[in-house]
Amino acid sequence: MAESVKVEHIPSLKQVHEMQPSEILPVIDDIIAQYKGTKGALIPVLQSAQNLLGYLPKDILVHISESLHIPYSEVAGVVTFYSFFSTVPKGRHMVRVCLGTACYVRGGKEVLEAISRDLKIKVGETTADRQFSLEIGRCFGACGLAPVVMIDEDVHQRVKPSKIHEMLEPYRDAEGDGHENH
Amino acid sequence: MCKITINGRSIEAEKHATILNTAKKAGIMIPTLCFLEGLTPMGACRVCVVEVEGAPNLAAACSTPVRENMVIHTNSKRVREARKTVVELLLSEHEGDCQTCERSDDCELRELARDLGIRINRYEGEKPAPYIDCSTAALYRDASKCIKCRRCVQVCNDVQQVGALFPQFRGYHTTIGPAFTSPLDTVACVQCGQCAAVCPVGAIVENSHIELVQAALDNPKKHVVVQTAPAIRAALGECFGLPPGTLVTGKMVTALRDLGFDAVFDTDFTADLTILEEGTELLMRLRNKFLLGQEVALPQFTSCSPGWIKYAEYYFPDMLDKISTCKSPQQMFGALAKTYYAKKAQIDPAQMVVVSVMPCTAKKYEAARPEMRSSGFQDVDYVLTTRELGDLIKMSGIEFTALADSKMDAPLGISTGAADIFANTGGVMEAALRTVYFVTTGRNLPTKDLHVGPLAGLEGIKTAAVTLTKTVEAWSFLEGVEVKVAVAHGLGNAAHLIERIRKNPDEFQFVEIMTCPGGCIGGGGQPRFTTDEVRKARIAAIYREDEGRELRQSHENPAVNALYEEFLGQPLGEISHHLLHTHYAEKERVV
Repeated sequence: MAESVKVEHIPSLKQVHEMQPSEILPVIDDIIAQYKGTKGALIPVLQSAQNLLGYLPKDILVHISESLHIPYSEVAGVVTFYSFFSTVPKGRHMVRVCLGTACYVRGGKEVLEAISRDLKIKVGETTADRQFSLEIGRCFGACGLAPVVMIDEDVHQRVKPSKIHEMLEPYRDAEGDGHENH
Repeated sequence: MCKITINGRSIEAEKHATILNTAKKAGIMIPTLCFLEGLTPMGACRVCVVEVEGAPNLAAACSTPVRENMVIHTNSKRVREARKTVVELLLSEHEGDCQTCERSDDCELRELARDLGIRINRYEGEKPAPYIDCSTAALYRDASKCIKCRRCVQVCNDVQQVGALFPQFRGYHTTIGPAFTSPLDTVACVQCGQCAAVCPVGAIVENSHIELVQAALDNPKKHVVVQTAPAIRAALGECFGLPPGTLVTGKMVTALRDLGFDAVFDTDFTADLTILEEGTELLMRLRNKFLLGQEVALPQFTSCSPGWIKYAEYYFPDMLDKISTCKSPQQMFGALAKTYYAKKAQIDPAQMVVVSVMPCTAKKYEAARPEMRSSGFQDVDYVLTTRELGDLIKMSGIEFTALADSKMDAPLGISTGAADIFANTGGVMEAALRTVYFVTTGRNLPTKDLHVGPLAGLEGIKTAAVTLTKTVEAWSFLEGVEVKVAVAHGLGNAAHLIERIRKNPDEFQFVEIMTCPGGCIGGGGQPRFTTDEVRKARIAAIYREDEGRELRQSHENPAVNALYEEFLGQPLGEISHHLLHTHYAEKERVV
């Protein structure tokens, strides 16, 4: 996958949550403008849009399809092909539990179960307060630190199922806002 | 050229040719499934694998080019076993209710399994969940029968440039369909049915009207009339094993009478009428431009092809004012049958059922459009494809090939050769030029056999120019004007032509667009399988039909002239405006 695009003043997820749809489209258009006309523009545009919005809502996908002159069916085909892309809203924090071989044999599955219990969601779901989403990963390349959990960009090593709550605690209400009702 | 060896035979192969094409020319058949002639090979299904000496893996013959001194085996044990396994695995996931599947007769998967000697199912795979999409008027999709060969994706994207279908999700969960596997009516599908025409199995078929038509025929209170499009007569025979290009007009009429239709009419009648209405519309636009110097929406586009109309409503809203307001011949027929003919024959239009036989699936959609009720009823009630008519004839125990010829009923069955050629790409334009030339100059089109050579054939975009000379007084302002025309068939070609027109709006005055490759003779409802060879045979048959006629120009049609005298008054008159013309509106591409 290509590097994510450099758009000046990329708003944070929190800012995006507060933006009106009419304010989001120009940012998406900025992203599209940087890739328009180049071959293989679709995936990096989708990536950047998802980085920006946290997920890929339908109206944004239709907009990308029209702007890049790629049929909507093909855009959806790419979005549904890669598990990285999501069309449902994600929480502010992405929890990825590694289930690669090393992490698996060193208790990754138990870690996943503990997190699932603590957050009361299954893999692929998002907590009702939109704080956390839970996904699994297949090796983050940190096998020596197994079992590994990534929360956003932070790598948590040698995670114990009993210490899950403490691990998640610093992320709760990290942005101290009242966004529970998204 | 390069020298290769296939199955021990030394063969001269054209450079850059594929193994598949080279073998075929040498009379060595390699089975295929996803391959579609004339399009970029996908190499998706692996049914065409062959053994190439020195290569570690089997090669897909459709997408592997020949190389000097290549040694190929198409029938080794390894090849046979690989092909067999490929098809067995496809069968393991395929919902094969072969006894009742409508493709049981011509299913390519079933044929392959038989030809490869598969007699038992070694693999029991998980079958996909049933998923039926009958959201559109024209098409019926059953995803559980889909084998993901992607032929439909290729025609929808590469030939038609509609892009309604694409593989969604991945691996075992791959589903061919619109975005996020939503129903077809939520995306910009034009319902042309080219997907149904190329589907090797029963995953995409037309939405059948056979039972509805049978119920109407069984109901003694109903007066059931039928119209047949010009393209049917050159293709229906294929449903009964006759070679492509066999004209079966007379047998078709007899069969329709035997089926119990109360009157057998011809869409050709309203094709002639279309020429008078649409030709007059063009002449009015030219008058407004050349005589009155007004801003006029030109070039005028033809409007017979409902897939093209829907395509323009989705993708080319800036062209909508240029499209002729004439309804298609099918819809003109329906509107006249329930008014003019009903009155003449003293039949209550509420008790009349109008059935069309069309080479087209989009005609089912067109008949259901809300604009198409100008008789006070739905003008055309049911639409059968050519394939459905073939099935209906078989169901009714009629031995088609043994039938005697008979003639269409008057008055809506009377027509000219100009109407026949509506079936071919370039045909509507040629028919229009015959009449426009005559009206403006008082003479017949001065070309050989009244044909406009450059407009015939399978070239994607064709152009021609006709200069009007020695014009009659009423049209003298067109003296010396060169009428430049263009023709495109297949929506991909249409899109290219429209891009050209957007850049140079004055290049043409009149443009014919047909949705399907080859025109209506290659329609999505025609007997399978339509290759270019088949298209050429049907096109030639249609020209033969035209040339064999006494009357070959629409303005000579006595029944159409009587219609104007008795009912319509004049072309573009008030009744015409109400019954024969329509309007278009931009459509949202994703709902």
